Amino acid sequence: MYEPVLLKNVEVANGHLLSTYEAGGGYQALRKVLGEYTPGEVVELVKQSNLRGRGGAGFPTGMKWSFVPKGGDKPKYLCCNADEGEPGTFKDRIIMERDPHQLIEGLAVSGYAIGAEIAYVYIRGEYVAAIRRLEQAIAEAHEKGYLGKGILGSDFNFTVHIHCGAGAYICGEETAMLESLEGKRAQPRLKPPFPAVAGLYASPTVINNVETLACVPHIVTRGAAWFRGIGPDKSPGPKLYCVSGQVKKPGLYELPMGIPLKELVEEHAGGALPGRKIKAVIPGGVSAPVIPEHGLEVGMDFDSLAAAGSMLGSAGVIVVDDTTCMVKVATRIIEFFHHESCGKCTPCREGLNWVVKVLRRIEAGEGAPGDLEQLDMLCKGIFGNTFCALGDGAAMGLRAALKHFREEFVAHIEERRCPFH
Amino acid sequence: MSMREKIEQAAAAYPDQRSAIMPALVIAQKEHGHLPGPVLEEVADILGVERIWVYELATFYTLFHTEPVGMYHLQLCDNVSCMLCGSEKLLAHLETVLGIRKGDSTADGLFTLSTVECLGACEMAPVMQVGDDYHGDLDVARLDALLDSLRAAVGRVTGVEHVAQPLPGE
Repeated sequence: MYEPVLLKNVEVANGHLLSTYEAGGGYQALRKVLGEYTPGEVVELVKQSNLRGRGGAGFPTGMKWSFVPKGGDKPKYLCCNADEGEPGTFKDRIIMERDPHQLIEGLAVSGYAIGAEIAYVYIRGEYVAAIRRLEQAIAEAHEKGYLGKGILGSDFNFTVHIHCGAGAYICGEETAMLESLEGKRAQPRLKPPFPAVAGLYASPTVINNVETLACVPHIVTRGAAWFRGIGPDKSPGPKLYCVSGQVKKPGLYELPMGIPLKELVEEHAGGALPGRKIKAVIPGGVSAPVIPEHGLEVGMDFDSLAAAGSMLGSAGVIVVDDTTCMVKVATRIIEFFHHESCGKCTPCREGLNWVVKVLRRIEAGEGAPGDLEQLDMLCKGIFGNTFCALGDGAAMGLRAALKHFREEFVAHIEERRCPFH
Repeated sequence: MSMREKIEQAAAAYPDQRSAIMPALVIAQKEHGHLPGPVLEEVADILGVERIWVYELATFYTLFHTEPVGMYHLQLCDNVSCMLCGSEKLLAHLETVLGIRKGDSTADGLFTLSTVECLGACEMAPVMQVGDDYHGDLDVARLDALLDSLRAAVGRVTGVEHVAQPLPGE
């Protein structure tokens, strides 16, 4: 039986309070690094753990930190990406609402490692309850000396500010988030320079996801070998899986990296609703290509899912059953990307507009011969040609739907109606 | 605290006043309900930033409203997880009982009905945000009960949002 680490306090009454967090060993990791580790040693420890970013891209966290130049006269910033906009994802919200100190300790340890004295948590504006909880927790941590000047008798100063987003999915893209933090429209920046060199206010900046930062204190207290011992060596650790859609027990599940998708959906989340069959699963938020039922043995880790032609993404697992039309699902997903396109680059802005029109007419039974070839052509025109990953995610998702469920698209066009209505 | 004081306090978190535009707009919208031109200009003046910088943020980000919204802004998620759990039926029901289409407000100014992209609460799909609060695991009966409770609360609230519900564990 797997013992939860990240969700340890989530089901506990008053899990959000500092007293609860301290009683469970909270802030011991911060005490340990400030007393026993140089910042470089913390970076090395996280490198050794093979922790990879939980926001979606899976970039090695320790390596990202090591890109921050040593010294220099510019301040360094730590930014926490708590914008959580990927449809099907709700893990960061639950951490912030129920165990905000876990994030704050992760921020402080990570800030110490990279030499940052200021952190901004960019949290989506809809998460009012999480914002309130995090504000309370920051105040508590200041009172107890876990934040502020000379933390725990050391010479480390660290402050956390909350910056509320205002409804733009693109802010999950790290450079768009930096633009937004600087008070501009959230449109991605050209890279290089990478944020580690020139990020917020052109200063060295590290951007990490909430769950990534929440892993850090546990790596400090339990060791890199413990972390690497959970799941696949190259993609290890405890992992939060968000299960939703047409499934018996939707919810947030903490399990090892790499568990089979089938086990997650069938055993932990209870499988299909009564009298129905699972048709497909989107494993990592709507940017992740859909996996048909026969592919569900795949392991839920970065490398296994990439090898299977999909991605772990944000681990937003959306279950679709046999009563649902895949053309409709694909249409809704592309409508979302079209709505959230920031408008900066043409393939994404215009391409997705075109794709939406074609998909809507197919779903309405007004599709024409040649529409599927046109969709293939549009995907080709978008994929790899957009400024950021938003357009890529849209094209990859649609390609997978067209590949695995082409017969449903064909049926819509040939029967001139949606077979599911 | 006045709006100016609140904005100045929020701006202290940043080395650059431009970064404070978003937090200032949040404060101004709480104060005024929405963000008409004169309010945007006041925000620009308080922060000492270009007015165009304020306008562009107020129109880029969907949580900012330059037009008035009803006392209760019903924001029904219609992204994939909620759609799979029946959000379309809920939208149709809301349109019928309120007598408006999505995007519109009721004549009494009580309700504005919108569909929104993923609210990040898919474990309780279908979900709708009203003011600060999330309402999950909705069906037609729960939706009707919610509308009744919102109508009943009208006399008891003073601002745009109704009293926040406690989180589990409180």
